[in-house]
Amino acid sequence: MQKLLPYILNGISAGGQYALISIGYTLVYGILRLINFAHGDVFMVAGLILVYSSATLPFYFSIPLVLVCTAVLGFVIERAAYKPLRSAPRMSLMISAIGVSYLIQNLAFYLTGGLPQPVTRPIPWVSGMVTVLGASTKRVTLVTPVLTLALVLVLLWLTRRTRIGIGMRAASRDFETAQLMGVKINSVISFTFVVGSFLAAVGSLLYFTNYPNVAITSGAMPGLKAFVAAVFGGIGSIPGAVVGAFLIGLSEEIIKGLGYSTFSDAFTFALLIVILCVKPTGLFGESAADKV
Amino acid sequence: MKRPMRREAVLTAAILLLILAAAVVLDAALPRYHIVIKVIKKGAVYALVAVSMNLLNGFTGLFSLGQAGFMLLGAYSYAILCIPVAKRMGVYQYFQGGIMRFSLPELCSGVFGEAAGTVVGMLLALLAGGLLAGFVAYLIGLPVLRLRSDYLAIATLGFAEIVRTFIQWNALGPLTNGSNLLKSYPDLPGAASYLLLIGVFIGVIVLITSSTYGRAFKAIRDDEVAAEAMGINLAHHKRLAFVISSFFAGVGGGMLAMYMGTVQALSFKSTMTYEILLIVVIGGIGSITGSVATSFFYIAGLEWLLRGLDSGKFLGIKAPGVFKNGFRMAVVSTIIMVVVLFFRRGIMGDRELTDLLRRKNRRRKEESEHG
Amino acid sequence: MAEPVLHIENLTMQFGGVMAVNDLSMDIYPGEIVALIGPNGAGKTPAFNCVTGVYEPTNGKVEFLGAVIAESHPRGRMKKLYAGEHRGLYTRRVVYPPDAITKLGIARTFQNIRLFKSMSVFENVLTAMHLRRTSNLFTAAFRLNRREEAAQRARALELLQIVGLDEWKDEPAAALPYGKQRRLEIARALATEPRLLLLDEPAAGMNPQETMELTAFIRQIRAQFDLTVFLIEHHMNLVMDISDRIYVIDFGRQIAAGVPAVIQNDPRVIDAYLGGG
Repeated sequence: MQKLLPYILNGISAGGQYALISIGYTLVYGILRLINFAHGDVFMVAGLILVYSSATLPFYFSIPLVLVCTAVLGFVIERAAYKPLRSAPRMSLMISAIGVSYLIQNLAFYLTGGLPQPVTRPIPWVSGMVTVLGASTKRVTLVTPVLTLALVLVLLWLTRRTRIGIGMRAASRDFETAQLMGVKINSVISFTFVVGSFLAAVGSLLYFTNYPNVAITSGAMPGLKAFVAAVFGGIGSIPGAVVGAFLIGLSEEIIKGLGYSTFSDAFTFALLIVILCVKPTGLFGESAADKV
Repeated sequence: MKRPMRREAVLTAAILLLILAAAVVLDAALPRYHIVIKVIKKGAVYALVAVSMNLLNGFTGLFSLGQAGFMLLGAYSYAILCIPVAKRMGVYQYFQGGIMRFSLPELCSGVFGEAAGTVVGMLLALLAGGLLAGFVAYLIGLPVLRLRSDYLAIATLGFAEIVRTFIQWNALGPLTNGSNLLKSYPDLPGAASYLLLIGVFIGVIVLITSSTYGRAFKAIRDDEVAAEAMGINLAHHKRLAFVISSFFAGVGGGMLAMYMGTVQALSFKSTMTYEILLIVVIGGIGSITGSVATSFFYIAGLEWLLRGLDSGKFLGIKAPGVFKNGFRMAVVSTIIMVVVLFFRRGIMGDRELTDLLRRKNRRRKEESEHG
Repeated sequence: MAEPVLHIENLTMQFGGVMAVNDLSMDIYPGEIVALIGPNGAGKTPAFNCVTGVYEPTNGKVEFLGAVIAESHPRGRMKKLYAGEHRGLYTRRVVYPPDAITKLGIARTFQNIRLFKSMSVFENVLTAMHLRRTSNLFTAAFRLNRREEAAQRARALELLQIVGLDEWKDEPAAALPYGKQRRLEIARALATEPRLLLLDEPAAGMNPQETMELTAFIRQIRAQFDLTVFLIEHHMNLVMDISDRIYVIDFGRQIAAGVPAVIQNDPRVIDAYLGGG
């Protein structure tokens, strides 16, 4: 147990970071029925902005900048690449998402010269070391779950108590009816992307505290895993995504702790395939029957 | 009705033969490592892989993203079966020469003679890779193909990642060389042989799509409920399309290994699947001609014509600050996005070369009738 | 009378708390044209879907030419929720997917036309012959089934001539006018070589002239293909004109059955349609 403790701590931390990304997937899928393949790359871009901005700016300036820029990026992607395809078949939307992912990675390659950008100035305080139950770890490990849960509570309040949040829930239940009932669907969708990207940016700030550099492919794996988490929890459900993310983060790290690190990624995907085949609606998802 | 059909077929065959003849001439005139030869070879491989993806995503309407995984299986099968026995010690240096104690081209050389035997052995290895990929597709097809479109995409994407992990697994090292690369296996000489080979494979795919099975696939794409009501067994036919597509992806993967000279699991990432999917989309979902033509354009652009964008000078414009490493890909992916958003039917839509020729014929006929 | 082509026994289809079809029993005999009518939402299409294997019934049995093609009893959640009768009468569970049922000889059309939109009119019919193939992937791909393919093409052309669509055979199916699309759906169903043809609102959206033509057409194909026809329809003129017998359902339950002259004057039917009582 004492041997596994550091892995469990890491698992909780990774889980929190996955949770922040997976909310973006789950919200977008809930409304547009789109797997936003570009979301992992948005997450990576947030990391790059942090690296570049913190090199010249003080943190109290660069961190808000990262959050704002990433949210704007999410907004722009939706307006440029998804909105024109609103009446197109879902396959076109998914292809567009893959195209955006490809474009972001290639632009990032061009701008960074293809070299992983070292995180030279990690965010102070959260990257400091602490000792928990005899295991030494970065403070981010403890901050992540707390911050994640706090943000999720804020988000849940938002979807229950604000007009736009209620619009989001209505749109994810029935897109067309919501539109007929006067929900401003375009603002709701944009807002969804802004919120999703903002949370991914927070996740990115925490995630890259643990890693030495940001590469252009850094977003792909965490992105896919966060998506798996969203499916695991029942896509469309915010609490589901969070629970799924923590479970996946934990099991991955425990597998590493048991000495099978080669299979930690494969495990996640195997889990995905099993879940999809056994209970496609996930832990908290609702089933929707297709009409003949 | 019947005669113009035949004329288009003859015309198409003539065009294809002409291209093949041109490749033979190029092979004789240019050195082996000339960029044009390389472009034709790599373009041919991409064409096969793109067409195999189109069979599934375009003709059957199953959005699968497992292409890289099946290509990986084919590539490794080819490499493992073809490394000469004498060189295995060097390649599998961390695994005492590995567990494979034979090489297909060498085995076949013993039967058919040196030159013919090597080629036969290589072809057999390609087919073995295809069969392995097809078999794996058969196994995972049953659970995965029941999933809705977007879940199918993510499940197959996950499957490809699992394959990659297993191939790199150290315990399989004696077979796969773990995460180290495989090399020293033989390559087919010349661009013409590549064209001939993929011509045969794509020809088989065309025959399948134009048969009664191809119609059943298209029926499933158009309307699953109606297809089922017309007696088409969905599970059986989806699986069939999945296995056929994966077989050719496996063969294509083997040819990619052949072309590259070395193969490493690391390079078969989801980005590779995305790249091929985007080629299919630009060529036109449901058009084999489109996939083939786009593959050659794409590879020619990337590997040859747009090189200047990365190295400071393009079309005589010198701008080292802008035209630096990665600009080429940035430009290409921007073009791709423009096509995806504004030219959704791609270059060809769902038409084929024969359709274009037919239209021209018809127009000519109409003109002569009016004139 | 001869043995029924289609025998439906205590068929019940319950979705959650809604009884779409409630204890429906009926028999259709060879060569008959039988109509199933009822107000909107009475459960006609769900009944069709149970016969064609799209839905698994909650309770009851369907037999086709003497063989059971669907039989079920309340299972899972429905054990608690089931509100129908004849619980426990059926112990077996027989489920055939739609394609297997089509193969047995039941073909259908759809209420909201479902053609293969990217294909030509000709290909739509040809595709429906796939299920009677004797070729396998190999023989089909390498054209070793040339004779069968040629026979199918000839047959498809013949069918198009019969339904009067041969002039449009190379047009995209989606480009046909509405009435012709309905005819094409019937031609496509005929291509599967059915014994029993199920028509789901074949006259929907047609004007009186077209409806009259359709009546003659249905009679014609019944004679020509030795068919039994089971149809759902709202056009009373068509129904009264063409049907040998009529079943009327409301709220999933049968309220009347008989020959058109009787149904026409049945107060329960008039009530159901006019919403009285």
